[in-house]
Amino acid sequence: MGNSLLVTIQVDMHDQLAMALQDDLTEKISSTRARGVLIDISSLEIVDSFIGRMLGNIAAMASVLDARTVVVGMRPAVAITLVELGLSLSGVATALNVEKGMALISNGAGPGNLGNGHRKK
Amino acid sequence: MAIVKSEAVPVRSTEDVVQIRRLARDWSISVGFSLVDQTKMVTAASELARNMVVHGGGSGSVLFEVLNSDSRRGLRLTFEDQGPGIADLELAMQDGQSSKGGLGLGLGGSKRLVNEFEIKSAPGQGTRVCIIRWK
Repeated sequence: MGNSLLVTIQVDMHDQLAMALQDDLTEKISSTRARGVLIDISSLEIVDSFIGRMLGNIAAMASVLDARTVVVGMRPAVAITLVELGLSLSGVATALNVEKGMALISNGAGPGNLGNGHRKK
Repeated sequence: MAIVKSEAVPVRSTEDVVQIRRLARDWSISVGFSLVDQTKMVTAASELARNMVVHGGGSGSVLFEVLNSDSRRGLRLTFEDQGPGIADLELAMQDGQSSKGGLGLGLGGSKRLVNEFEIKSAPGQGTRVCIIRWK
């Protein structure tokens, strides 16, 4: 999609698979010179601390490679649970859906450059 | 308090953690939890099952039990391993406290996601964590 990568997570990943995704994606950002990474988690029934950490790591690595990461499609029940779990996803930009996520990326939004309240504290 | 139904499942690998999540979802649905409560129970189960894989020396198991008490139903999950145990429980329960490079949200975070939380552990005696969520 343009100069962005769209990643849709469709299975319940075990931890090694999540780590492999993190590594593959970092590799892809570099090889495709992507400026944005959209991670669609609308299929995920839960986000626990491990997946949360993976999302944070991807955003941090992408940022070092000059790409913006936006996590899209989080289910409401997942969001409620994440907050009670104590996970802030700091540094990870979020949007309601892919379209809004793309808009965030093309506006140059991302960690450190978000002026519209989409960034989770 | 009556135990209506129970099942014990071994947990040795991170693939087993995925299986525990699936079972926790099925059991939560069978108790009649709302979607948010299901999600909380599954997330707590995921954290505690992973804890056993990381710290429990591959010896963990989860006991699933449906409870009936004073006309209310609940789901109790008991996570038990024969790992090295925890010397300082108070410290281990603190957010951000991790001995193995995790986020340190497993114990404290799980406690916030359930109605009842009990942990028993001592060095050399393994760890047992019991959580209950009532409908």
